[in-house]
Amino acid sequence: MQVPAPFQYARATTVDHAIELLNEGGDSARIVAGGHSLLPMMKLRLANFDTLIDINGLHDELGYVRQEGSEIRIGAMTRHRELLESDLLATAFPIFRDAEHVIADPIVRNRGTLGGSLCQADPSEDLSAVCTTLDASCVIRGRDGERVVSMEDFHRGPYETAVGDAEILVEIRIPVRPGGSSAYFKVERRAGDWAVASSGAAVWMSGGVITDARVGLAAVGPNTTGIPAISEALRGQTPSEELFAQAGALAAQACSPAVDLRGTVAYKRHLADELTRRALRKSVERINGQGA
Amino acid sequence: MTTVETRLTEFADNNEKPVGYGRMLRKEDPRLIRGQGNYVDDLNLPGMLHLAILRSPVAHARIKSIDTTAAAALEGVVAIVTGADLAEKGLAWMPTLSNDVQAVLATDKVRFQGQEVAFAIAKSRYIARDAIELINVDYEILPPVVDVRKALDPDAAVIRDDLKGKTNNHCFDWETGDAAATQAVFDRADVVVSEEIVYPRVHPAPMETCGAVALFDAVEGQLTLWSTTQAPHAHRTVYALVSGLPEHKIRVISPDIGGGFGNKVPIYPGYVCAIVAALVTGKPVKWMEDRSENLSSTGFARDYIMKGEIAATKDGKILAVRTHVLADHGAFNGTAAPVKYPAGFFGVFTGSYDLEAAYCSMTAVYTNKAPGGVAYACSFRITEAVYLIERMVDCLAYDLKMDPAELRLKNFIKPEQFPYTTKTGWVYDSGEYERGMRLAMELAGYDELRKEQEEKRARGELMGIGISFFTEAVGAGPRKDMDILGLGMADGCELRIHPTGKAVLRLSVKSQGQGHETTFAQIVAEEIGIPPSDIQVLEGDTDNTPFGLGTYGSRSTPVSGAAAALVARKVRDKAQIIASGMLEVSVADLEWEKGSFHVKGDPSKSVTIQEIAFKSYGAGDLPEGIEGGLEAQICYNPSNLTYPFGAYICVVDIDPGTAQVKVRRFIAVDDCGTRINEMIIEGQVHGGLTDGVGMALMEMIAFDEDGNCLGASLMDYLIPTALEVPDWETGHTVTPSPHHPIGAKGIGESATVGSPPAIVNAVVDALKPFGIRHADMPLTPSRVWETMQGRHVPSI
Repeated sequence: MQVPAPFQYARATTVDHAIELLNEGGDSARIVAGGHSLLPMMKLRLANFDTLIDINGLHDELGYVRQEGSEIRIGAMTRHRELLESDLLATAFPIFRDAEHVIADPIVRNRGTLGGSLCQADPSEDLSAVCTTLDASCVIRGRDGERVVSMEDFHRGPYETAVGDAEILVEIRIPVRPGGSSAYFKVERRAGDWAVASSGAAVWMSGGVITDARVGLAAVGPNTTGIPAISEALRGQTPSEELFAQAGALAAQACSPAVDLRGTVAYKRHLADELTRRALRKSVERINGQGA
Repeated sequence: MTTVETRLTEFADNNEKPVGYGRMLRKEDPRLIRGQGNYVDDLNLPGMLHLAILRSPVAHARIKSIDTTAAAALEGVVAIVTGADLAEKGLAWMPTLSNDVQAVLATDKVRFQGQEVAFAIAKSRYIARDAIELINVDYEILPPVVDVRKALDPDAAVIRDDLKGKTNNHCFDWETGDAAATQAVFDRADVVVSEEIVYPRVHPAPMETCGAVALFDAVEGQLTLWSTTQAPHAHRTVYALVSGLPEHKIRVISPDIGGGFGNKVPIYPGYVCAIVAALVTGKPVKWMEDRSENLSSTGFARDYIMKGEIAATKDGKILAVRTHVLADHGAFNGTAAPVKYPAGFFGVFTGSYDLEAAYCSMTAVYTNKAPGGVAYACSFRITEAVYLIERMVDCLAYDLKMDPAELRLKNFIKPEQFPYTTKTGWVYDSGEYERGMRLAMELAGYDELRKEQEEKRARGELMGIGISFFTEAVGAGPRKDMDILGLGMADGCELRIHPTGKAVLRLSVKSQGQGHETTFAQIVAEEIGIPPSDIQVLEGDTDNTPFGLGTYGSRSTPVSGAAAALVARKVRDKAQIIASGMLEVSVADLEWEKGSFHVKGDPSKSVTIQEIAFKSYGAGDLPEGIEGGLEAQICYNPSNLTYPFGAYICVVDIDPGTAQVKVRRFIAVDDCGTRINEMIIEGQVHGGLTDGVGMALMEMIAFDEDGNCLGASLMDYLIPTALEVPDWETGHTVTPSPHHPIGAKGIGESATVGSPPAIVNAVVDALKPFGIRHADMPLTPSRVWETMQGRHVPSI
């Protein structure tokens, strides 16, 4: 049994309470949501914090998926399993269910949260790629109120986000636009492993022509940023294998993978290409009512 | 409605039948699957202290100084112990099972990342762990020897300067077979195929990590050690030899064990540390390693680079096999193998084929990596041997453009050739290889699979069919040849029938999950007709079981299973004499029908084994010369190993775009001789096949150039899940062992040995359109894709 170093534990009862506790704890306090990344790191003593602020009591307040106007809003404490099971999400953004099917295992999905995933900011994290693909924005609350940042601005680097010491990510907002669909593809060495590489795509079409498209990659660079060049290349085009191949090539170019036990740089670039093609193809098929 | 009670009744019913061999649920399972097992870490003794080990963060360094002041001052810490402290007691070094020595705690240098440097004893596990963070070690970093291929370079740092006169990293040389005769055959062969075959370092990764609780009773001078050991008796003897404590004052208890796979054969420094801690503090002390410690410091397996050569005629008659092996033994030679077999039973690399000649030479070296070498269900290196020959046969098939099944069928040892002496001196007891192979092909629908493959290849799809045929050598072993640290590999067994006809069987082996409580009860039931549910099987306690060498190398059924059958027969012989008195006839006039003796020609005159048992303890005289009671003891010394075999066929599909391998089907036909409990056999096979998927596709303990272990967590060291394996399709043939009392051959490791080559052969077969003849494990998507690009590199 791996045991963490000593730490204080506090359980937040409201978001404002959590912010107060964070404010008291300073940079040696951390929020624990699902805990599936944080606790192993603490047990391995790769991360040591004086105080853990448990926000699992905030699930009632921050666990939801709902449509408000032209946005779908998801509470930061919404668990993977709830994202997986949400029909609202599956209809508007099939990419969520695609991704959740290949995230970890049911035990992790029962506990892990959307907010925790984004705040962990692991470059291999699937939901970061999903949110990037969907052009999501993040609502961050602090003592002085709320601010909204784009996914581009949210991730500042590996394991680094725009959330300040006394702030908490409370909500993710995703714009809903007509005529769109999305998909997610991931290659892993084994079920539950982190991605070797993965690619998410979202496509919007009108009259057989692509009006907009976005691609988000995971595990092939320090960040899960979108690739504007792909969006530019696809807009106004009619979907075709050649077009997908062009987008795949752009994805391979745009990423900056590193070699590790999961794969070589060349392989990961190849996957960025291959999986981008698959995700775009699938998204278009879904728009056209082919395939689930 | 099914209640717990009715389910219990179902178990009980199940245990009533069969009285002997046959399919029945495992007696131990209700306990184990309900979380009611009793493992080392479940033990909590009054006043128990906890021990945590500080391990080296680097692979090779000289220890300049160790400062324990801050750690010792932490509240709740009882003591901090360093190598220097152990050296004062003469306990800083201990023997390994291969007659090498290994540091209990490093005194001079650290020789691998994760090596034991010091330990803390504290009032809780948390405090002990906090304390080791406060120990300050000043290391002078030395160049590490990581690349095994460069270990013998003249400029390589010398790792084992503790050994007198050691000026390089050479560990041992070993050879087997006839070099000249093999060369002569190679010289006249039509075809010679060479390939370097790498079997990377893997780890057994049992679910339960290693640990111990040590208790020293100063009044009695008695040491009790509860430990995760597959070989409690052998461990006790070694502790006696090392510590100087008299053997009768040492009791080793191995309670429920959560998987071993060879990982729990060696004696680890942690066990010795726990003993020392108990002696020093006078309190019981618990040490349980964590997952990272288990993966990075305990017995690994494999790590062989095998240069293989195979010689054949152009029409596919295999003539000879030759290999040179470079073996990485890590920092200390911790291999657990019979003394005369430094490479284990690698000598069976001639496989299942009738050859004219064979030769193997081996160079083993030290590197700055964790010690070990034999572990992970390998039957003493037969995994490596089978992988080599089965890969080489496929390489030959590739070059000859022959079907790999046909090539194997052409070269099998024929049934009439048994007992068959191989060109490396192993005497295979019995085999009907073609029968097993044909059954596997039939179950697989081999011809249809090849047709399907042809059609798919035409469409650019990648489908592969892989075959392996293996012969195992298990049940070590005859004491004339085989011992571990001078202890012969024979096993004792005691059977006592109580007055009411219930029995207790005491074994020297130790289950780690294999189902001994069921299998051995069934063996005895078959011989004396007492239902398995009435037979208690005891093992894993040196005070209460006879001496023997333990469970590994698939030896429990071949050795202790024979002992159990023979001891039961000995009891039955005595029972027959008592029955003759009870029925007032001569012994020769009695006939045995499972569970009772009756007078020949008059079945109405009979006594049951239970009645005989009561009589043996009861009132009235027994036949002349017969002592009271119904019990017996024996020690079984096997006359030969047993040689299980099997034919495996694997079907894979590879995604051409991502290079991901999907094992679609796996057909396993095993022949383990007499089958005692089909369900347990199938369970062992399923587990071993899953192991095989792990090794073939994902498992590897890798190191970076500084010697950092890259597989020290289950996030980095992958073990397959149910999602990576297909529904196993199993079949069997039965070719009993002629010398074994019940004809059983052992099954524990067959599937682990036999499955990796089948899977790799299938992947390589799928890649045939790319002109690929060989690719090294683990066949991760990246490695497969690089191979498809013509850029395959060895995994070590």
